[in-house]
Amino acid sequence: MNMKWWHIGLIIALVLAGGVSLFASSSPDGLERVAIDHDFIELGEGHEVIRSPMPDYVVPGISNETLAASLAGLIGTLMMFGLVYGLGKVLKGTSVK
Amino acid sequence: MWVIAILIVGYAVRRTNEKLGERHVPMMGVLAAFIFAAQMLNMPVAGGTSGHMLGGVLSAIFLGPFAATIVMSTVFAVQAIFFQDGGITALGANIINMGLIGTILGYYIYQGIQKAVGGEKGILIGAGVAAWIALVLGAISCALMLWTSGVVPLGVALPAMAGIHMFIGLIEASITVVVVGMVLKSRPDLLELQKI
Repeated sequence: MNMKWWHIGLIIALVLAGGVSLFASSSPDGLERVAIDHDFIELGEGHEVIRSPMPDYVVPGISNETLAASLAGLIGTLMMFGLVYGLGKVLKGTSVK
Repeated sequence: MWVIAILIVGYAVRRTNEKLGERHVPMMGVLAAFIFAAQMLNMPVAGGTSGHMLGGVLSAIFLGPFAATIVMSTVFAVQAIFFQDGGITALGANIINMGLIGTILGYYIYQGIQKAVGGEKGILIGAGVAAWIALVLGAISCALMLWTSGVVPLGVALPAMAGIHMFIGLIEASITVVVVGMVLKSRPDLLELQKI
């Protein structure tokens, strides 16, 4: 099989997002920590401007939390690749030169 | 913030449009996928706090500042729209603090060090130092925005944000150096794409 370098890169990203991410720390991150310590974390809970299909990196409607989180990571990673790859193709295709 | 972000991203789109080549396209896609994945990996830092990498400097090392800007902006847009992470109204600020400071400012820091030191060593040292500085600057910029928005006094926001992000910057720097080092070992040609 003829694996290109970017196939390997994509596989690494999928393993990270679908597998390793399940072991990620759930503690608040840097900004959230500062926001909690200084009482402005609630400002982050504004009204919803749009309804996200997968809020908080969980696929809705799946009762197994691990599976729901892993799937969200895989879907997001593939979506990122597809979207930016497509964007690149479009930008390249419409080049003025 | 939205306006500033749109202006810079718009300029990046134009620049990229002029120069993008066939070999850049899969690189943009893989970097977007990797950075999205890496941003999910929160690692414990100190005192019940976690940090994750951003990836702006990493993507700029491979793609150059403007193509990397497009990758980073798309990652933040997808996080906000599909995963309710970061928020739509804060998207402009997020793109600036966690994207543009790394891809543009970070890139020129990297380039300066890389040229001054030279060789593979220059690439690795530049990558690490630029990644750390860009992350801390992003946190400082965020603190300034919180202050100007009247959320917290500067004397509180600045030391708190800069302090914790000095540690998170170590995560950013080590992942950036490891990834660049691995590519240097296995496929050094991938670092020679034209920088956009």
